[in-house]
Amino acid sequence: MADSGLVMHEEEFTLIDAELAKLHQQANAKLTFLVDKNGQLITSVGETKGVDTTSLASLTAGNIAATGGMAKLLGEKEFSILFHEGEKDNIHISLIGQRVILVVIFDQRSSLGLVRLRAKKTSDVLVKMFEDIFVKIEKERGVKHAVKSPFAEITEEDIEKLFG
Amino acid sequence: MSFINYSAREINCKIVYYGPGLCGKTTNLLYIYKKTNPDSKGKMISLATETERTLFFDFLPLSLGSIRGFKVRFHLYTVPGQVFYDASRKLILRGVDGVVFVGDSQVERMEANVESMENLRKNLQEQGFNPDTIPCVVQYNKRDLPNVVPVAEMDKALNARKAPIFEAVAMSGTGVFDTLKEVSKQVILELKKQA
Ligand SMILES: Nc1nc2c(ncn2[C@@H]2O[C@H](COP(=O)(O)OP(=O)(O)OP(=O)(O)O)[C@@H](O)[C@H]2O)c(=O)[nH]1
Ligand SMILES: [Mg+2]
Repeated sequence: MADSGLVMHEEEFTLIDAELAKLHQQANAKLTFLVDKNGQLITSVGETKGVDTTSLASLTAGNIAATGGMAKLLGEKEFSILFHEGEKDNIHISLIGQRVILVVIFDQRSSLGLVRLRAKKTSDVLVKMFEDIFVKIEKERGVKHAVKSPFAEITEEDIEKLFG
Repeated sequence: MSFINYSAREINCKIVYYGPGLCGKTTNLLYIYKKTNPDSKGKMISLATETERTLFFDFLPLSLGSIRGFKVRFHLYTVPGQVFYDASRKLILRGVDGVVFVGDSQVERMEANVESMENLRKNLQEQGFNPDTIPCVVQYNKRDLPNVVPVAEMDKALNARKAPIFEAVAMSGTGVFDTLKEVSKQVILELKKQA
């Protein structure tokens, strides 16, 4: 396997969620969310009603992946911040470390300057949190069965049932 | 790359449909979308050209049910099959948990099939995956057409690792869910192995 998958436990999730909520409030955002680089939504805060966050997450990751590809062609390591301006809503996308993407959607109640500043602050905190998570995942992978995974005892029957 | 969230008690897995241009990858997803009940699926996103060729990817999130109290979500992606979109294919393969290789059964597409399979193996390797062990299913599509290559022959050319195969007519749905089910099973069993 190239990388290990992302595994998040309750404690970590709560901390990250709180950090995101803080950013959301301080940046006066409409919707703030975290996506892993493969397009899976980690968590979101704000006006999610009527917004297809799953698709947004996947497209965000596609967006970062495509600009990352462009960066490489130009000899850049990465474009770590993307900004899209709309008539009403704007999207600020930034990379947190190597594997997580922070997205802030805001309108005229906020400003690019404020969002950029706050996102940077949050990013610094989250980088550290995710680093710890990935270190922990690697460690747990080394020690087989150190923590009991719900998948350790899955049977083919369980899987059959999924498809009804 | 699977994402296990103990807080929300859910697990997300990424499955990528690969294969030469026009082999029927998007058609597989469209059929799955059509036949899945509304509670279990999200919106299908297609980033396509005016002529409905995949430009970047198709995306379909499925949430089929729970295993041991964990909601299991599959994110299905297709790659653009046309040769010159290789950069995009590499991006979409990132973090993949399982691959479906869709082959086009028509005689005149055999060369394209072989080329695409080689391209898949090379790109998987580049991303650090072992192409011989990653969860994988091979689907021989368009079996309804008159000029198809016998399965044994396709196997010989495309399936050296002897992955499970399914004959399919994606347009009418034959083999589509069998393929999905098999690759999902392999992906989940892989998670079990790593548990
Ligand atoms: N006869 C027949 N036609 C099929 C079958 N599956 C797909 N097609 C047709 O083949 C054409 C291409 O299918 P797509 O699903 O768009 O192909 P694709 O693999 O996504 O192609 P790219 O996006 O270019 O990589 C469409 O016109 C489909 O209707 C099949 O089982 N039998
Ligand atoms: Mg397509």
